[in-house]
This record gives sequence, C-alpha cells and structure tokens, in this order.
Amino acid sequence: MLRVQDLKTHLFLKRGVLKAVDGVSFELAAGKTLGLIGESGSGKTMTGLSLLGLPPKPAGRIVGGTVSLDGRELIGLDEKTLADEVRGRQIAMISQDPMTSLNPVFTVGAQVAAPIRAHGLGGDSRRDAAHLAVEELQHVRVPAARQRARDYPHQFSGGMRQRVVAAMAIACRPRLLIADEPTSALDVTIQVQLMDLIERIQAETDAGLLFITHDLGIAARVCHRIAVMYAGRIVEAATAEQLYAEPRHPYTQGLLASVPRLGRRDKRLISIPGNPPDPLALPSGCAFHPRCPHATERCRVEAPPTVMAGDDQVACWLHA
Amino acid sequence: MRAYFVKRVLQGVVAIVGALLIVFVAQRLSGDPVALMLPMDAGEAEFAAMREALGLDKPLPAQFGIFMVNAVQGDFGDSYQWQAPAMTLLLERLPATLELALAGLVFALLLAVPLGVVSSVHRGGLVDRAAKVFAMLGQAVPGFWIGLLLILFVAVELQWLPAFGRGGLSNLVLPAIALGWYPVAAMTRTLRSSMLDILDSDYVRMERAIGLPERWIVWRYALRNAMVPLVTMIGVYFANMLGGAFVIEVVFAWPGIGRAVVDAVFARDFPVVQAGVVLAALVFVAVNLIVDLSYGLIDPRIRHAKA
Ligand SMILES: Nc1ncnc2c1ncn2[C@@H]1O[C@H](COP(=O)(O)OP(=O)(O)O)[C@@H](O)[C@H]1O
Ligand code: SF4
Ligand SMILES: [Mg+2]
Repeated sequence: MLRVQDLKTHLFLKRGVLKAVDGVSFELAAGKTLGLIGESGSGKTMTGLSLLGLPPKPAGRIVGGTVSLDGRELIGLDEKTLADEVRGRQIAMISQDPMTSLNPVFTVGAQVAAPIRAHGLGGDSRRDAAHLAVEELQHVRVPAARQRARDYPHQFSGGMRQRVVAAMAIACRPRLLIADEPTSALDVTIQVQLMDLIERIQAETDAGLLFITHDLGIAARVCHRIAVMYAGRIVEAATAEQLYAEPRHPYTQGLLASVPRLGRRDKRLISIPGNPPDPLALPSGCAFHPRCPHATERCRVEAPPTVMAGDDQVACWLHA
Repeated sequence: MRAYFVKRVLQGVVAIVGALLIVFVAQRLSGDPVALMLPMDAGEAEFAAMREALGLDKPLPAQFGIFMVNAVQGDFGDSYQWQAPAMTLLLERLPATLELALAGLVFALLLAVPLGVVSSVHRGGLVDRAAKVFAMLGQAVPGFWIGLLLILFVAVELQWLPAFGRGGLSNLVLPAIALGWYPVAAMTRTLRSSMLDILDSDYVRMERAIGLPERWIVWRYALRNAMVPLVTMIGVYFANMLGGAFVIEVVFAWPGIGRAVVDAVFARDFPVVQAGVVLAALVFVAVNLIVDLSYGLIDPRIRHAKA
C-alpha cells in the first residue's frame, strides 16, 4: 500500500544543511503497523511530515526519493492537489502535543467538522458536517459528545484533546494514519486508553499505521514491524519479534539494553554512551561510529550500505 | 469574566474621578474665573455677588463637593461664549467626532488587515517589502500633512471630493484617510508578526495536515487568532483618534468635539474645556471596556477565565 524509497528531506538553515531525513526506505501494508523508533532528533517527525508533503517552511525541502500510496506517486504533487486529495483524505497525522495541536479559538466540533467540509464529505450543509463531527467525537469515545462539541479545547483534558485530534485525523477515513508520539505527553493510564483507541480505529478502517515513538515498550506491544532511525537514516528494520530477540545493529542493541524491564531486580538504565550527533556536523562514515563498541577504521571512513535479509534491512559493516 | 469586567468598570470609575479632580484643581489654579466673566469695569460688589453665585466664597472641600455633585449630573457650567451648558454643547458634537473616528478606524483596518495578512503569507515578497516602505513613510508624515495634501490635490486640484465640513459620505473620505493614516503602519506590523507566529504554530500545522485549503487556514482560522493582539491596538488607536482628532477636525473644519475644545481654549472658555477633558476620559474608559469585552468574544479562554 505505502512504499517509501530513498526519501530525503533536508533543512536549508543559515548554519548549514541539516539532513533530517537522508535516504529512508520502507513499506507498509494496509491494516499493518510499522513502528518508527529512535532518539529525539533522529528525524522521525520529519519523515512523517514528508509523507504529507509538509516539511517545515521555509527551510525544509524534500530533495529526493519517492512515496507511493496505493500506486500513486505523491512526491512532486502540487500544494493544491496535496491539500485536496492527500492530506486528511488519504494520509492523516496525529501530532505529538495535544495541548498545542488544537486551535484555541474554535469549538472542537467546528474543528472536527473542518476536514469533513473541506473534503466535501459532509453533504451540503454546515449542519450535516456538524452532525458528522459529533459522530466522530462519539467514535473516539469523547463522553457527552453532543454537548462537548460546543466546548473549546481549553475545556478538555490532555487525553481528551488527543482524542479530538484523533477524531480530526480519522474523520475522512485515511488509508494511512501517522501517529507521532501520540502518548508521550499523557499519563500512563491515559496512554493505555489512547493506544487501545488507535488500535481499534485502525482495525475498523483497515488503515496502515505508522507509529512514531521513542518508547520501545509501547512499540513492542503494537507494531508488526519496527524501523530504527539514527541521524536521518533507518539503520535497522525487522519484525518486532526478530528485532527484540536478535537485534542486528549495534545501535538497536544499545537501545534494547537501555530499556528498563519491569520486574527485574536490576532496574539500572544501561544507556548508550555518548550523545546523539550534531545533526549539522554528522560524523564521517557510519554516523554511529563514535558511540559504537564495534567500530573499526572502515566505519570511520565509509558509510555502510543497507543490506536486505529477506524483508529485514540493516545498515552496518558487521552485516555487510 | 464577570468579576473581571466589574473590576475594570471600577477602575474606569476611579480614572474618571481622577480626571474630575485634576479638572477641579486646574480650575482653582488658573486664576479667578470671575474676572473673565465680568466686564472690565465691574466693581467690587459685583465681583462678590458673582463669587457667591458661583459658590466660590465657600471653603475648598465644600466647593469640590458642589463641583462633584454638578459634574455627576454633567453640569460643568455654561459656556462663556455660547451661554449654553458646556456639556450639552459638546454632546451635540459627539456624533460628528465618533463618525470621523470610526471612519478613520475603518480606513486603517481596510488597509492594515489585507496588508498584514498578505505580508505574512508572502514574507519577503513584493507586498511585504512595499508595506515596509509604506509604513516608514506613514510614520514619518503626520496626519494633518496628509490631510493638507489631500485637500490640495483631491479636493482643490481634481475637485473629486469636498474639502471642508460635514455632510455625506463624500465629506467623510478625506478626513478619515488623514485620521486613519497614522495607525496603518503599526497595525500592519502587529498583524504581520502575530500572523507569522500563528502560521508557524502546531495547530496550523494540524490544519494543514488534515488538508484544509490554505485560503481557509489563513483568512478564516489564523486571522481570527491574530485578532486578539490587534484588538488591543484598535482600542488604543480608536481612543487616540477620538482624543487626537482635533488637528484633523481643525484642518477639515469638521464640527466635532476636538475643534470645539480648541476654540474654547483660545477663548478661555473654561467650562467647555473642562467638560471636554471629562468627556475624553469617559470615552477613553468606555472604549477600553468595549475592548475588554471583545477579547472574550474572540478568545474563549478569556471568556471562561476566572478573574
Ligand atoms: N523547524 C525546524 N527548523 C530547524 N531544524 C529542525 C526543525 N524541525 C526539526 N529540526 C531538526 O531536524 C532534525 C529531525 O527532527 P525531528 O524529525 O523532529 O526528530 P524526532 O521527531 O525524531 O525527534 C532534528 O535535528 C531537529 O533539530
Ligand atoms: S557500521 Fe561500524 S560503527 Fe556503524 S554500527 Fe556498524 S560496526 Fe558500528
Ligand atoms: Mg518528533
């Protein structure tokens, strides 16, 4: 359904070119969930925004690659086509921060109705769209949706706002749903409820789900496949079972070692030594080499190629 | 919101009482009004009689009491020039001043809103750069000068519009432009910068991500968000236009309050001047209350806030 190949999104900043997404490839089938994990700043959000054709303006530009959804190439479509036919219609995104993602001066009902009206799905009248918006709010289990549709975002809790954002995203039944760390701003119990909701919606609509997170625990629970990002590239991708049982890339190994396991007596966080690289001055060769315990001279000079092992991919000289 | 509003009303009352106090003190400091009111050759007895009639023979606190009681009733005495109640004279001219200030505001907004929005959407573009140059010129050239130029070219030279007086819409255009000229630059800049922030916000990103037409995002959604800071400016400038219209009123022979007060100052017609000062304070307070209320209309967070 979704096929991304060699996607490159660069930010042209005053201080230099930031290669936020630098040659990312993956596939995602309808009804399946792909996890995109990695440290903060590794380019996960930028990958999601690029699929929507929305790299941050004015610095961001998609400089290469292809994104095909149900056989249609999206890169290179003009703004109007993207807005009318792709965004919200075929691909939608649940953003990172529910507190800032809703417009403070409009009712949530109006905001959920907006995509329905924009994409012409609400019948002819404003009232029909408002009615559908209430249904969508019920769909995401906002209690007393009919009354609450008339309320403003500041009258909702964080978890409820994220449900409203989800309602906006799924209002037009997109084929691909991108959830960008949808739970990171929420309490644990609310997190679980929201994840259940997202999974239920996905099951109902048979959408593909690109699930962005830096929480390996949640990723393990919901994802069929997982792609690990480091410095704008996917360094490893595999089924969830394969990745957790037998991580191939030293970075993935480090990440897994740093996950605190519940119930273990030794709860010490074993984190990867060193800091994430400066995105404007990436190390030569393999970008991970300054932090990699297996780094060799070759890693310092030459970037490793991405090697396919069945459906899995890994970019490391140890597996080349 | 209600408690907040009550608080602002009380603050307004304090401001007006302050204005009254200043008027009272200034009046006592500015010499003996009786000397102005009586003929040059009036005798001592006539002075005393006049003072008694005006209550000027009483102690100061009592005088202030009388002054306040009268002021609350809108009584600032009769105009020396026109032999009619000063406040009534001014209130008759209030509609003319309001009309001019409103027209000035409308002119300013008609220019500033499209300019500000387009400059923010096409940042660094032709409109943005033109608006910057225009803003610099606008700030450098005073409104009355624009007024004189307009009279010279549009009214005298081209004879398109009348130069003086109040009447139909055609009389209103030139003074409205002259009055609304100055705030255009500041309003454009404020709107531009708040639009830039808003167009960069998470919720606009969300609105884009669900495929809303850019036209809606800019004109229907972001502009409404951007109105909050603009409304403050509108209030300040509207109050300034009401209070500061006198230059334009003089230039265009506009029969408003400002011109009447200017005339009164030259004629040392104190009751009219005093009534003018108090009326200005009242208008200022009223405009600010309306601004406070309209915040709540635009931004529900303010409407629902507990004071
Ligand atoms: N608007 C922006 N301007 C400049 N740099 C940005 C902007 N947005 C993101 N970046 C940079 O791009 C890189 C990737 O960011 P992002 O995709 O948000 O990472 P992640 O979502 O994985 O935390 C980071 O180095 C970040 O600092
Ligand atoms: S390529 Fe070299 S430095 Fe990079 S992860 Fe593999 S072993 Fe480590
Ligand atoms: Mg992110």
